[in-house]
Amino acid sequence: MLKTFPKGGVHPHENKLTSAKAIKKMPVPKVVYVPISQHIGIPSIIVVERKNKVAIGQVIAKSGGYVSSNIHSPVAGTVTKLDKIIDSSGYKKQCIVIRTDAKNSSNFDEIKFPLKEEILLTPSEILQQITKCGIVGLGGATFPSHVKLILKEDNKIDFLIINGVECEPYLTADHRLMLEKADEIIVGIKILMFALHIKKVVIGIENNKKDAIALFKKLLKNEDRIKIAALKVKYPQGSEKQLVKAILKREVPKNGLPLDVGVIVHNVGTVFAIYEAIQYNKPLIERVVTVTGKKLKNPSNYWVKIGTPIKDLIEEVGGVPEETRKIVNGGPMMGKAIKNTDMPVTKGTSGILVISKEEASRKEVENCIRCGECIFVCPMGLEPFLLMNLCERGMYKRASIEDIMTCIECGSCSYVCPSNRPLLDYIRFGKNIARKLETVKN
Amino acid sequence: MMTESVLYSTLLLTLLGGIAAAVLYFVSKKFYVYENPMITEIEDILPAANCAGCGSPGCKSFAEKLVNTEDISDLFCPVGGNDVMNLVAEVLGKEVTEKDPTVAVMRCQGSCDVRPKTTEYQGPKSCAISAMIYSGETDCQYGCLGDGDCVIACKFDAMYMDKNTNLPVIITDKCTSCGACVEACPRDIIEMRPKNKKDLKIFVSCMNEDKGGIAKRACEVACIGCSKCDDICPKDAITMVNNLAYIDPVLCTLCRKCVPVCPTNSIIETNFPPPKVKKVKTNVKEKDEPVKSKTNA
Amino acid sequence: MNTPSIIISGSPHIHSDRTSKKIMYDVVLALIPAFLVSLYIFGIGALIVTSVAVFSCLLFEYLIQKYLLKTEVTISDGSALITGILLAFNLPSGFPIWMIIVGSLVAIGIAKFSFGGLGFNIFNPALVGRVFLLISFPVQMTTWPTSIDNQTTIFDAVTGATPLGIIKEGLMFGETMTEISTKIPSTLDMLLGITGGSLGEMSSLALIFGGLFLILRKVVTWHIPVVMILTIVVITGIFWRIDPQQYANPLIHILSGGAILGAFFMATDLVTSPMTKKGMVIFAVGIGLITVVIRLFGAYPEGVSFAIIIMNAFVPLINKYFKPRRFGAKIKSKII
Repeated sequence: MLKTFPKGGVHPHENKLTSAKAIKKMPVPKVVYVPISQHIGIPSIIVVERKNKVAIGQVIAKSGGYVSSNIHSPVAGTVTKLDKIIDSSGYKKQCIVIRTDAKNSSNFDEIKFPLKEEILLTPSEILQQITKCGIVGLGGATFPSHVKLILKEDNKIDFLIINGVECEPYLTADHRLMLEKADEIIVGIKILMFALHIKKVVIGIENNKKDAIALFKKLLKNEDRIKIAALKVKYPQGSEKQLVKAILKREVPKNGLPLDVGVIVHNVGTVFAIYEAIQYNKPLIERVVTVTGKKLKNPSNYWVKIGTPIKDLIEEVGGVPEETRKIVNGGPMMGKAIKNTDMPVTKGTSGILVISKEEASRKEVENCIRCGECIFVCPMGLEPFLLMNLCERGMYKRASIEDIMTCIECGSCSYVCPSNRPLLDYIRFGKNIARKLETVKN
Repeated sequence: MMTESVLYSTLLLTLLGGIAAAVLYFVSKKFYVYENPMITEIEDILPAANCAGCGSPGCKSFAEKLVNTEDISDLFCPVGGNDVMNLVAEVLGKEVTEKDPTVAVMRCQGSCDVRPKTTEYQGPKSCAISAMIYSGETDCQYGCLGDGDCVIACKFDAMYMDKNTNLPVIITDKCTSCGACVEACPRDIIEMRPKNKKDLKIFVSCMNEDKGGIAKRACEVACIGCSKCDDICPKDAITMVNNLAYIDPVLCTLCRKCVPVCPTNSIIETNFPPPKVKKVKTNVKEKDEPVKSKTNA
Repeated sequence: MNTPSIIISGSPHIHSDRTSKKIMYDVVLALIPAFLVSLYIFGIGALIVTSVAVFSCLLFEYLIQKYLLKTEVTISDGSALITGILLAFNLPSGFPIWMIIVGSLVAIGIAKFSFGGLGFNIFNPALVGRVFLLISFPVQMTTWPTSIDNQTTIFDAVTGATPLGIIKEGLMFGETMTEISTKIPSTLDMLLGITGGSLGEMSSLALIFGGLFLILRKVVTWHIPVVMILTIVVITGIFWRIDPQQYANPLIHILSGGAILGAFFMATDLVTSPMTKKGMVIFAVGIGLITVVIRLFGAYPEGVSFAIIIMNAFVPLINKYFKPRRFGAKIKSKII
């Protein structure tokens, strides 16, 4: 019996076109554009100037506050300008532009990293190192990881859950990482267990990654503290609240965190980055990105340096296909459609999806037929049709009462609506306004 | 018998009517709510537009506020204007401040032919929502989105969407400067500027804060921040902030010197007569013309 | 001006295959077995009533949308088609054509568009049309041509009564159930369709097939039909147990009248039924209860249409109080 979360969820076509393709190395780009806001929280503060020479891994922007992160140079080179470059929403955001010195940019690339199992740091040193190396949640949320690891006196954590679910269609970055770096990930888990004094770990993997499940089960045969949970293939299984409910049957309270039920959740990519940071002092300067799409010549997974322009990635897989109508940064359910491909890969980019004409266009909006599908699929128990109606009429206070702020924006409601109503657009808008009203009230 | 039934029904209904009247009378007396009669008087003076331009949800609520607040010098009804506020001041015996009339002005000229679309937007047709999702269908992230939130917000029918340019048009005669369109625009493109008798206006019709080259590529009539207008303004009314010129309506004397120097025609003048054509001075005297001397009578 | 090639929209960027048109046409498919049975039993009469109802519903929707409301015409979405078919299924064969047109006008114009169109109506349009016709033209609405006798023509119809009508009348005249049961068709006959009644009330078997098809295609869930039928069975069963001579047995109640048609096709109408499973159960229990009360203690022999319309009025209240459980809220009780 596969575990799953009891309420809601949808089954989009998986389309894991690249799950069998080993991760290749993306050639180092000539110019990198590193945004200063790649994480949730306060944007980082730039510490370099124009014409500075930077080494690979050098800090180029410092953490801007408590919930913030350091940013490191992904290449060796010269800072050419501190300019505003458009990001995924089309608005211009501050970036550091570095011209790459190709000779010296392969510091971390070429040296083979043998598996290092021994943990030489103390828990507080581990925490400091994670903070120093700018590790953020690589599952897409980009929450600074060290903040998750700072525990208060009364926090009782008994479980660490590793999120290897990757429920979004098309994306295979985590899958390939689990297959190729399984040993390193296990060491990373042990580092976290040591740092947080946790004795029980569960790795959640969706059942469409049977090879990864088998590999981990084999490697952890003699390790009682770490278990594997095979999960039913359902979107959004990878959402941390749904994951905790599926594996441990504990429900995170409304507007709460997994910390409130004694659990910490980390993505496998983050765990691998933590391993590299602790064992090799390597900051977060590259990540795995899936470049995929049905009409692409050669969809693949790549190790990409942060700041690489997306158009380089698409060129690498054979160029933009003829009838492309949408390019999405992320997966098809929660990713953002981008205006042009000059924008860079950031710490939160897990995939680039190229969608062609047939799938890209939205159909015409019709009246709500009160079928109740949106209520049936919402994993948070909300009523999307009602929230959209309230937001259309400007009744944001009432929408707050109807728990609009607990929406995780998974998109299941818009996905199933037979009348093609833009439910999630209105709900997101309502959340923005409700959030502003809350801050005004306070 | 028929007369009996008519008699009995009439008596019964009269009795019921009488009981109902008595009950209503006692209830209205027992649950009577005292309301200051001045509130109704003020409410009659107010224009009854219920547009919320004063900040209160409706005219009745504004009337209550006017009656109940000691100092009403910073309260103002934009629809009624100074006439209404002076009447209110008379009735209440309180002081009001006179404000100059204003009118809403739309500060973007990025129509489809000068500001080409580079992407297509699919989603709810609302400026606030599309501004939240991304920067817009063109390369200018500061300009008008064209979905008409301002037109819907206007309760006085003073705005409409021009189908050819996809920009809103403000009919200054009908505009009561209630401020609803200014609230509705997510990019603050609409501004309240002073209104004069002939409706003469000069303003920079652009919100683009990008550097000159980028702004020009996105829109042909964008302000590129070249400062030529700032240099030529005799009253120092123009300020340059973030590659964008802004004409202060208070300092501006409507001399029109800035309009022709703008290389992208970004400064708009409305309702002025066409500029006089200057006669060009030449050194060659016309031979047939007698030389006029000053001492001629 | 060339249209740009890149599209931007908010997420999600993919959509499931479900469309409202597919849902509507699935319902039409589910109604076809019952329609074929009615054709076999009533011949041309069924064809005329159904096609007039469908055509006039579509026509009125087109006219109202195009000339009165001046909005987009959406007659191809299938909702007016379903209203037409269901209205026809509630009428006897041989019903005068002009009355069918009046019924369609009431169903589409009053019950659907005066509330705001598709998705805004509170009451099931076909049932409102049927109830209007019943109250305005009671004689024609209760003139039932019998089945097998009139296969080819409606003009020489030999009129009979429905099983429920016979039972009601018989009980009024003091007959016992054993005496009455000789006059009504056997349960097997009622299952297959050898009985009297309106077009859609004939073959319970065909209707059950259609209903199961709808449940399998996930257009409706099992909650409303099953709970409604169960309620009727339980309550009539209790009364039948108490006095088998005064009350018909539950099987007869289920298989006669509009119970099965109402349970699978009318009460489950998406727009007018509750949106949560808990709400649907309450809704179905209410319909079953009111149906039985009208049938056993009311003046009309058949109560399903009135019961459904009365419960339709409670649906907004049910939706308000039976909300889905919010994730992370304190768990009070576990229902379904």
